[in-house]
Amino acid sequence: MKRLSVKRGTVANYATYIGVTIAFVVLFLLQQQGALSNSLEGQLIPICCYVVMAVSLNLTVGILGELSLGHAGFMSVGAFAGIIAAQSLQASIPLAPVRLAVAMVIGAICAAIAGFLVGVPVLRLRGDYLAIVTLAFGEIIKELINCLLVGYDENGLHIAFNIRGTTTMSALGLSDNGIEIIKGAQGAVVTKIASFPAGFILILITLFVVLNLIRSRSGRAIMALRDNRIAAESVGIPITKYKLMAFIVSAALAGAAGTLYGLNYATLVSSRFDFNTSILVLVFVVLGGLGNIWGSIIAAAALTILPEALRSFADYRMLVYAIVLILVMLATNNPTLRAFFGRIRSTLGRKSEKEAADHE
Amino acid sequence: MSKLVSVQREARIPERDADKSPILECIGLGIDFGGLTAVDDLNLTIGRTEIAGLIGPNGAGKTTVFNLLTKVYQPTRGTILLNGIDTHGMNTVQVNQAGIARTFQNIRLFASLTVEENVKIGLHNQLPYSMWTGIFRLPRYWKQEKAAHERAMELLSIFDMQDLADHRAGSLPYGAQRRLEIVRALATNPGILLLDEPAAGMNPSETAELMDNIRKIRDMFHIAIMLIEHDMNLVMGICEGICVLNYGKVIAKGTPAEIQANPLVIEAYLGKKKEA
Amino acid sequence: MVYLQHLISGISLGSVYAIIALGYTMVYGIAKMLNFAHGDVIMVGAYISFCCTTYLGLPPLLAVVLAMAFCTVLGIIIEGLAYRPLRQAGSLAVLITAIGVSYFLQNAAQLIWGATPKSFTSVVSIDGLTLFGGALRVSGEALVTILACIVIMVLLMWFTGKTKMGKAMRACSEDKGAAQLMGINVNRTISMTFAIGSALAAVAGVLLCSFSPTLQPTTGSMPGIKAFTAAVFGGIGSIPGAFLGGLLLGIIESLARAYVSGLANAIVFAVLIVVLLVKPAGLLGKQVTEKV
Repeated sequence: MKRLSVKRGTVANYATYIGVTIAFVVLFLLQQQGALSNSLEGQLIPICCYVVMAVSLNLTVGILGELSLGHAGFMSVGAFAGIIAAQSLQASIPLAPVRLAVAMVIGAICAAIAGFLVGVPVLRLRGDYLAIVTLAFGEIIKELINCLLVGYDENGLHIAFNIRGTTTMSALGLSDNGIEIIKGAQGAVVTKIASFPAGFILILITLFVVLNLIRSRSGRAIMALRDNRIAAESVGIPITKYKLMAFIVSAALAGAAGTLYGLNYATLVSSRFDFNTSILVLVFVVLGGLGNIWGSIIAAAALTILPEALRSFADYRMLVYAIVLILVMLATNNPTLRAFFGRIRSTLGRKSEKEAADHE
Repeated sequence: MSKLVSVQREARIPERDADKSPILECIGLGIDFGGLTAVDDLNLTIGRTEIAGLIGPNGAGKTTVFNLLTKVYQPTRGTILLNGIDTHGMNTVQVNQAGIARTFQNIRLFASLTVEENVKIGLHNQLPYSMWTGIFRLPRYWKQEKAAHERAMELLSIFDMQDLADHRAGSLPYGAQRRLEIVRALATNPGILLLDEPAAGMNPSETAELMDNIRKIRDMFHIAIMLIEHDMNLVMGICEGICVLNYGKVIAKGTPAEIQANPLVIEAYLGKKKEA
Repeated sequence: MVYLQHLISGISLGSVYAIIALGYTMVYGIAKMLNFAHGDVIMVGAYISFCCTTYLGLPPLLAVVLAMAFCTVLGIIIEGLAYRPLRQAGSLAVLITAIGVSYFLQNAAQLIWGATPKSFTSVVSIDGLTLFGGALRVSGEALVTILACIVIMVLLMWFTGKTKMGKAMRACSEDKGAAQLMGINVNRTISMTFAIGSALAAVAGVLLCSFSPTLQPTTGSMPGIKAFTAAVFGGIGSIPGAFLGGLLLGIIESLARAYVSGLANAIVFAVLIVVLLVKPAGLLGKQVTEKV
């Protein structure tokens, strides 16, 4: 009986990997054939980023059970750290994919450090208080990067802060062959090196980390905190350690996604990663189902495409999007509908259990 | 069932067996909430394999004593010695690692996880592999997870719950949830197990089974068990020493027979029950 | 004197935040939800008042009253259609619905009034004060806002403390089930709370736009978030807390804007984080501990 559940879980995991791979192969081939519409082709890499964002936020919101409204902040840290790395390593690592990988690792590490710095003081708070502080963190990051001036020349990185709105790039004192990387509110100047296969690999890595984490001792401890904090403490699970673990892993993955996202545009401003971005990703997670990784992937992909698909509604599309969002929330939380779906699921569940029992 | 089962050993809360060092000692333990003294001057000693009862009317401070022992609340006064070690300054997690496990009056399971996962979470500190080992599924992961699975099944078999291993804890019937909480607490490998109203909501036959199981657990694991219970048949039936609490103060300690004969206890607690 | 000038503009900005935060804190207290649509109700209120004065040529005071009436109805409708069906659902479902409502209001406003900012004429026509021989100026808007804020707070405290409806609100925010058993109509009470909160949002919207006279569909979102921050800052659910939080937030923001312009919002939020770390339930909030 028990074996079975491990097997069932593992099968679900493999199904997720295989599903993602098939989707990638199909889209990649279509892209190579030039069969994708321009708008969809332009969305491929952002979709990968949002999938990773959604899965990683699900780790915080669904698995750890803490509401975070500042996930875009980690994406932002990852994006700009990754951009700085990628731009300044242009000479030392000429090969773009390698440079992209290095930049993503650096982006992830920087975001993880940010996650740690935010997490240590903040995770003592609970519920909506934690939510509002993560929101605050996201806004702080946005403004800090908005003031950041970074350049690179043969002497290394030059960094300055434009706090009063009067400092300009010349304050960096770059040499003649130096490059300007981040120009404060004007944003970063980027050499595009992100690619769709890189996005796919990042999704696989994210799934590998998150799915395996959930099914390990640490993942169980994290879920125990979510289900009952007091009971978790009573069986000897250190709360802060596992909250931080979930938070930092989630931040690191968001950072890598941010790097990929950042290196996909010629210019990038920090207001791209504002409160609305955090909310957008949260919507993916909630619509996909809390704790449901597969659901996060589908929701992220579908809802990134949806506004494009609603183009025929022209001006009304965001209005339609809002109405769809409200209706979906009302429908999925309607007791009658829930009971209906619950019955279907339990019937199906019983059937599969019975089949499984027959196999034994 | 109202007849008393004879007391097998003389292990009593005030004067324990001389040859056994106590697992738990409370000396002058007390806590104030604002101006209210919830527990005051509590002195308790529990032997290594003793089954002790903590009884008293509603609101007497019984659960507060458990919360003090498990450091959900830090005591205002007094000392708790666990295995002779002062637990002053420890938190809930540390006292659990030092050997106190408990159940809760209002069941606190990890409701969305399976029965087996609940037990494995209890085994958490006995599976020392790291996060990375878990993510990369190194050999240590497989080895320890296999051991954890076997151990969990073994623990569940105490209550014949192996077949429920794949069920969601929250979907179990009430009695099974209470039993699972005990299994989860046992999984942490405690020296003393605190049970907060283990028989609440159980019918007489379930209670009788629970009594047997509590004895069985003590004999299998050689641990001390301290329980809060309102069911006097259970308390008088299995406890070797009983401590009666009223308004946060100990009003009597002794063997079940002594407690039943104590006029103070009858007045505060049993007297009411007899009239009912 | 310059400090004093910043202080005064901070107090008046803070008063606007306080008015929004008062509405927010009441709604949060009773519905226990992060109502992200609250900021957009502010924006709607401002547009209504704008239309009344600009297109219909109504006097400002009447415009404000009409805006309040409209937002009251809007608040009741939003609560009834979007939030009431989710009373038993998880808090995240309600949060996402509130976000949906927020998108809806913003985009509806964009369709109706267009994305280009409208220039809002101040509804306040009284003259400001000039103190210290011109060294210090307090605008009419500032006077009206501060006064309105104090009046609203006093009224709200009286309302929640003394009236039957107010007591019902407090009962519902403590325990809806118990309140229902005591014969309180919980749904009606919650509707009433949204009505009051939305009416306050309308007032705040008009005052906000009297200070910074550009009005566009996204005008409400940042003040909404800041007001929520203010409510948390002061201790959410507490009326004096929201007042205090709003004022402090306004002062911090205007001082920060004067000296480190680029990081004004960052400083506001950083102060919030520090306050919550020291006092996890806000300045005047009650710490609730979970019973074991």
